[in-house]
Formats: sequence, structure tokens, C-alpha cells
Amino acid sequence: MTKTVNNRAWFFVLPVFAIVAFSAILPLMTVVNYSVQDTFGNNQFFWNGIGWFQDLLDPSSQLGERFFDSLWRTLLFSAIILMIEVPLGIAVALAMPREGWTVALCLVLMALPLLIPWNVVGTIWQVFARGDIGLLGWVVNRLGIDYNYTGDPLDAWITIIVMDVWHWTSLVALLCYAGLKSIPDAYYQAARIDGASRWAVFRTIQLPKMRRVLLIAVLLRFMDSFMIYTEPFVLTGGGPGNATTFLSIDLVKLALGQFDLGKAAAMSLVYNLIILAICWVFYTIMTNVDAQRGRVEA
Amino acid sequence: MARITLDHLAHAYRPDPRSAEDYALKEINHVWSQGGAYALLGPSGCGKTTLLNIISGLVHPTRGRVLFDDVDVTDLSTEARNIAQVFQFPVVYDTMTVRENLAFPLKNRNVPRDRTARRVEEIAGLLDLTRVLDRKASNLTADMKQKISLGRGLVRPDVAAILFDEPLTVIDPHLKWQLRSTLKEIHRALDITMIYVTHDQTEALTFADKVVVMHDGAVVQTGTPEELFERPAHTFVGHFIGSPGMNILPCRVEGATAFIDSSAISLQRAYRTLSGGERIELGIRPEFVRLQPKGEGLPVQVRRIDDIGRARIARVEMGGRPLAASVPDGISIEGNEASLVLDPNHVHIYANGHLVAGEAAGGQAA
Amino acid sequence: MTLVLDGISKKVGASVHVDDVHLTLERGSLNVLLGATLSGKTSLMRLMAGLDAPTSGRVLVDGQDVTGWPVQRRSVAMVYQQFINYPSLTVYENIASPLRVSGVARSEIDERVRDAARLLKLEPYLDRKPLNLSGGQQQRTAIARALVKRADLVLLDEPLANLDYKLREELREELPRVFAASGAIFVYATTEPSEALLLGGNTATLFQGRVTQFGPTPQTYRQPHDLVTARVFSDPPLNTLKVRKSDGAATLSTGGQVPASGPLAGVPDGEYTVGFRAHHLNLEPTGTHEITIPATVSVAEITGSESYVHLDAGDHRFVALVPGVRRLEPRSPVTAYLDPRRLFLFDEDGRLASADPSQKAA
Repeated sequence: MTKTVNNRAWFFVLPVFAIVAFSAILPLMTVVNYSVQDTFGNNQFFWNGIGWFQDLLDPSSQLGERFFDSLWRTLLFSAIILMIEVPLGIAVALAMPREGWTVALCLVLMALPLLIPWNVVGTIWQVFARGDIGLLGWVVNRLGIDYNYTGDPLDAWITIIVMDVWHWTSLVALLCYAGLKSIPDAYYQAARIDGASRWAVFRTIQLPKMRRVLLIAVLLRFMDSFMIYTEPFVLTGGGPGNATTFLSIDLVKLALGQFDLGKAAAMSLVYNLIILAICWVFYTIMTNVDAQRGRVEA
Repeated sequence: MARITLDHLAHAYRPDPRSAEDYALKEINHVWSQGGAYALLGPSGCGKTTLLNIISGLVHPTRGRVLFDDVDVTDLSTEARNIAQVFQFPVVYDTMTVRENLAFPLKNRNVPRDRTARRVEEIAGLLDLTRVLDRKASNLTADMKQKISLGRGLVRPDVAAILFDEPLTVIDPHLKWQLRSTLKEIHRALDITMIYVTHDQTEALTFADKVVVMHDGAVVQTGTPEELFERPAHTFVGHFIGSPGMNILPCRVEGATAFIDSSAISLQRAYRTLSGGERIELGIRPEFVRLQPKGEGLPVQVRRIDDIGRARIARVEMGGRPLAASVPDGISIEGNEASLVLDPNHVHIYANGHLVAGEAAGGQAA
Repeated sequence: MTLVLDGISKKVGASVHVDDVHLTLERGSLNVLLGATLSGKTSLMRLMAGLDAPTSGRVLVDGQDVTGWPVQRRSVAMVYQQFINYPSLTVYENIASPLRVSGVARSEIDERVRDAARLLKLEPYLDRKPLNLSGGQQQRTAIARALVKRADLVLLDEPLANLDYKLREELREELPRVFAASGAIFVYATTEPSEALLLGGNTATLFQGRVTQFGPTPQTYRQPHDLVTARVFSDPPLNTLKVRKSDGAATLSTGGQVPASGPLAGVPDGEYTVGFRAHHLNLEPTGTHEITIPATVSVAEITGSESYVHLDAGDHRFVALVPGVRRLEPRSPVTAYLDPRRLFLFDEDGRLASADPSQKAA
């Protein structure tokens, strides 16, 4: 019935399949292959079955301990990032002007951090936060606070978090701003007539209307922060010690530092599955919200 | 409850208005009596929404004052004015139930909980919302949502006036009838001043006791629906009210006779006061122009006959000018030649667009 | 061309948007789709245009099966409720845009644009940008752009809904003339029965995705085949009451009994729904043998020349449209008169059981 349309459509999709197969499926199968073997270089492989996976998920083993340490570190980092960036992004969006020439100015200023390559962000902060030549580090030290992100784990964490907030809050803010802009004026006028306080307007109008974009913002920020690599790698290299060794950094250390390709492959597969599972949870929540909306309109 | 007085009110959206054209709303003086049902009728851009927003306090007027019961409220904020407004698109708080929506204005004003609950039940009963009180407001149809918007205004016992800004725009025709009669019943039951802004003459005329017709930022006529229909004070009102609108034809008047081209039409009144320089027009509503088979009356060419279900309307041309006329039941027209018969009681004469009173044909002032 | 919809349906998930529609639209015809919001008008138009593919059924153009053909391969133009124009282009360029895309020669473009502009009275505005025009002129521009393509099928989805009442009236008067000059198939969706009547042509009444009746507009209005069609095609809403006929008499659900005259005379005993329009309910007797209904006034709405009187009779709410200004006090008792020849009689399944043939003149 619809064959005239669809045959040609499939034809156009074929190259995409080929590219995806080459770029994603083949490497993935290689990783799966590595994850069930042990290798000592020289292209020698020994079958290990699910051994690496067992080690990985057993916190009492050396590999498992290391994996769970990194996992908790990464989860903690994501949680902190979300708790800061989401409320801050909403606040920034609410504070932004709604009309006039300042709108364009704000949008451009806020987009700037988003346009800087990740490794450059890391480098900027690496210099910026140094105690000897960095403006931030120097000022903080001059204020009498002992601050050294290369030596103190807490300082390292704070620096990475501040860097991420600086880099990504504007994304949340821009998304929220788009959500706010879609609210018709009549809602604000009605709320004024109903005598609603500023807080009530936020609770009853702005927040519900922003719910969808907020979910997208949370999803994006979670995935991004959960997979963060470049900036902390450039800034701290995972140190001091293992204090900022997130899963992605640990994975690279394992694979390229120690050439434990089998362990690294197993770890990357588990890492991948965790991300997929969390995305699925988010996706389910979001489609539920949509379904609720669908019922409204029907 | 309040009488609303507009005192030398004018508004310009430009900061330094100079000429009359700069004003979106030209000077207006008007009193809305307590408990009246009013409509503000006019095309888009005539200033009606500006006027409504000045009354509600969303817009601060450039000049003049707004008084509620002789208290100057010009500088008061919207929330301090005790007015309620229903907008074109329904505004409900999506996350709340209908009950919470209705209670919202009272909650914001710290009214005790039991009094709020009683009042909400009362208003819900009035608006026929009792069945849905505990449902989420976002899941309801547009007409229900408009009732909730209205209800949020009505729950406040101190509300001075309710303003409606084209509230039936997104409502299906069938439901418009119900909602309109609900509005009328509410008005009667609660004795609240209501001001209804619309471009739809049917809505304005059926809702209001008094209709204010606006054009180009100025009021052109205020009157009851009958007055606007029977004696439009301006050709704009004649054209805008009625569907189709009034037939307006350039003419020449001599005493009690009007001449359209060479056809003479005898009038009920004499117009001796007309000087030479004005633009003189004759106005008559299609309802008072009868189409007949060719014979007595003004000769016309029939262009089309529209069947609108309960009546037929003829589109004719007289000397190249289009006219609308009613076709009485049982009349059929052969070919496109026909005649028009005008009811002399409903012929009006306009000079430069304004109605001329004329004198009784005997010579006494009317 | 002839467009045939052969039993098309459109389902999205569990909900049926279009339900087994059969329609044949002829070249040069104007076809009104009349129905409430969400009755399936837009869904049906999207199927006609090829923007959506039907779940089942076929779409035929001149006998050729075009089901599933994309919109680009069909000769279709569309006008929407919102005024959709290119804001950065002049009115002239807006109208010319579909021709520029399809590579029509420059001289022909100019000729066709000017023709369309003349037809829609846009000649003085050709050099202006759409946003500097009134809503009516913006929509005229959109209609001109749809016409200039000389598409075989022109779909208009509530094109006048966003316009002021008077502008709507003006444009509605001109549209049949504009359509007649074109020769394409026009499909015009509206929620307003009065608009369908003014446009004329054919009308298809839609209810819950089904086309309940299709035929010449006055005929669909005067001779509805079922209760649903009569309801869809009545504004003010159709008045209804129930009757039980037995032994030559009819018992009304508003109370009272009347002799079974008019359409009631020719049907077997049983339960029926009686439907009648607002202008057939009078407050004075207009003849003999009329059905009388005692009622109380709920609200009287005055339009200046006529009055809509809302009446309560038993559990029923009726609307009567009566000539002149009737200032009736709420809750005052009145008697409503109904000429039995004016009523439609529907059986228990909602199908027309009987209507007086003289209805045609009403």
C-alpha cells in the first residue's frame, strides 16, 4: 500500500546503516570480544569467559573495588552538578529580560562558554586556578585561604565543579528560558488578578510549563556529567591521588595506562549499560509526561 | 460591586503623543453603572482591548482617570482593583484540580479555609462545575476551562467587575450558546458589572444591555441593541452591526425626497438643514429592503441569492453599486431583473457619516 | 480531476481519527467539511493532501490509486487558520513563491501573480510586507498563493477563523466567486453551520471521524438523514424532545399529548426523537394544528432585530429564534408553538423516520 514511498526511503537509509555498522557495531563487537579474553600484549589472547565481569561486580576484588570507587565518585559528581546547575539555570532564566535589545546580548553571552572546546575549558581553568600565575588561585590565596587544587582533594573537587557550572549552567538556563518564553502573557495577567505572589506564580505557572524542558535539561546534564572526561583530565589528570578519577578517566588509565584491555573492555561495557539504563528511566518518565499531555488534548 | 467612571481617559503607546493619530485610544468619558452588562464592540485595532486593559490596570493611561465608585484607582495595581478578567484563551493552573483553581484567589488573599470551601462549592454550583471539582483542570475542554477562569473571578466576594476579552474565541459554536446563556444567568444572579470585549456583533448584542461601538480609538455610538440596529448614529455602526450590514448609498436630498442617480425615494422626514458641502448618504438595512419581481420600486440587477437556511438574501446592483436585500418567502425571481421596495420608516440620512435627525415632514422639528 | 476517498480510515494508537470515509469530489466543486473541533476535519484533509497515509482504504485521483504518494507528487495547495506567509518577502513575492520553486517562466509568473492579486483585491498591496497588512489581507495573500499554483486540489482549514467577524463576512462573500473562477476541487473546513450555508456547494457533516452525510449544502441542511447530521448542521443547536406514538396520538417528553399529525402521522407506533430548528419554534401561533409546548423563559438574548429566547420545558432546554425585540422576564411562563410540518422525526437508532416533504420550502 505504501511501498512507492518506502522503497526509496530505505535505499537512502542504507549508507547510514553501513556507516553505523562500521563506526559503531564493529568496534563494539571488538570490545565485547576483548571483554571475555585476557591479553598480555603481543596479540596473545586467552579465553577468560565472564571472569572480568565477575571481578568487576565484586567489590571485594581489586578490580571491583576500583570500579565501585570510580562509579560512586562519578555518581556523586553528577548529583552535585545537577543540584547546582538546575536551580541556578532556572534562576538565571527567570532573571533574564523578556524583551528589548538586552535579550540578544544575554543570549550571546550565555552561549559563549558552550562554544569553547572541552580541552580548552580544562586548560583555561588549569591556568586560571593556579596559585602562582592564575588569577583565581592567586586571589583566593591572597585572601588567606589555603587553596591548591593539585594537592588537596577537596580543592580539586571544588575546582572541577565550579568549572562545570561555569561551562554548562547556561545550557540549562537557555532551555528554561525557551520554556518560559512559551507562556502566554494572559497567564501572568490572570495570576496578578488572582493576587498570586511571585513564588505562587513560579510554582503554579512557570515551573509546570517548564517541566518538559527541565526534564530534557536534567537528562542532558546527567549524561554529560556522568561521562565527563576531558576537562578533569586536563585540569587534574584524575588526581590528587585518585580523588577525581571518574569512571571515564579510570577506564583510560586501565586501558591505555596498564594495557589491561580485557578488564577495560568489560568495564566499558558495564559503564555503557549503566548509561543506557539511566537513559531508559529518563525516557520512560518523559514519555509518561507526554502521554499525560496527550490525554489532555484528546 | 462598583460603578466605573472613565474620566477624560486617553492612551498612546508612544511616549510623546502629539497629534490625534498617535493615540490608540482617543479621549473617552463614560460611566459603567453598577450591575450593568456592557459590550465593547469594534474591529481589531479599534482600541477596545486597550480600554479593557486600562480598566483592569494592566495598562496605565497616558491621560485621564479611572474611578471605581468615585475612588481614583488610576495608579492602583491590578491586584488592588478587585476586578476579574477572562481572557481569549482559557487560563487554568494545569497542576491544580478545579477546586484548587477556584480556591486559588481566596488562598492568595488568606481567606479562612472553611469560608473558601463554602464559596468554591457555591460558585461551582452556579457554573455547573460541581461534577468536575476534583478533576485536574488541564484535562477539561475549552469551554469548561473558560468557566473555571470565570469562576476564579466570581469566587471573590469583593469583586467589582468582571472583564471579558473575547472569551468565546476558542469555543465551538454549539457550546457558545450554552456558555453565553450561562453568562447571562450569572449576571442576573450576582448583580456584578460585566464588560465584554468582542469583534463579534452577535456576542455583543446578545450579551449586553448596552453596547459601546468603537472605531479608530473612539466611541462612535453607545446604545441598546435595538438602538444600534434601528438608528445607527454613524455609517460605521450601520455597516458593522447587522449581517449583512446596512446598505449605504450616496444620494442627494431635497426636502423629503432622496435621489439616488435618477431614482426618487420619498422620505418620512424632511432634511432642510443640509448645506451643500457635505457627503450625503442614505442608509437602510437589508431587512427593510424587499426584493420583488420587476415592477414597482427601484430597478436592480440581481447578482446572487444566498440561502442562509432560515432566510434568503439577495445581492443586487443598482447603478453599479452593490446592495443586499431580503427575499420574502414564496417570492421567486425570473432572470436577473428585479425591483426593490424600501420601507420608508427605516431609511436614514447621513451627512459625512453622521446621522441627520431631520424634521417631521410637516415642518416641525423632530 | 476527480478525487475519490474509498473507505479510508486513520488510526493513531487506539484512537480513530478518520473512520471509513467514502467521498467523491468532482472537478470545480466546493466541498465544505462541517464539524466540531476534533471531529476529524483536519485529519481528513491531511489524508486528502497526502501529508498522512491512511491506515486502511484507498485514495484515487482520476481513477489512479495515489494512496501513500507523498504530498510533493500531488497537485495540492493548502491554506491554514493561521496566516502563513513569508514575512521577509513582499506580497508579490509571497504569491509568486510556489511558481519560482517550480521554475515557471518569469513573464508567466508576473501574469499569474497579477491575476490572483486582482481576484483577491490585493493589487494595491503587492509591494508591502505581509506583517504590515491587516489579518484579512494577510489571509488573502495566503489564499492567492494557494490559487496561483493552479493545484488540482485546494484545501482550506478554517481559513477565516482568526479573522474579525466583519472581515470574515466580506471574504466569505467573495470566496465562492474566487473558487468558481479556478476550476480546482476546493475543500473547506469549518465549525460553523452558517458558514457552510453561505458558501453553498456541497457539505459533508463530520462527527467523531465519520462523514454522516454528503450532498448539496441546502439539501444536507434541510434533509438530514439522521439525528447526528441534524445536530452538526444546526446553529443555534437543534432542539430535541422525545415522543411516544401510540393509537394515533403522540405523548411528548415535555408533557402533554398531541394528535399524530405531520411526519408523525405516517410512522408506526413507537419511541421517536423529534428535532426542530430554533427559527421554527414560535411564541405566537402561526397556523392551526400546531403543537403547543408550555415552557418558562430562561434567558432572552436580543440581537436588535431578532431575539433568541432560551426556554425551559420540563428537563429540556430549547432555543427559539423569533423576529423582533422580545423583552421576556426570566422565569415567566410562555407557550411555544411548533408547526408539526417543520419537525424531523428520528427513530431509536437516530435515523430519519419521517419529515414532511414540504420542508424543502422552509
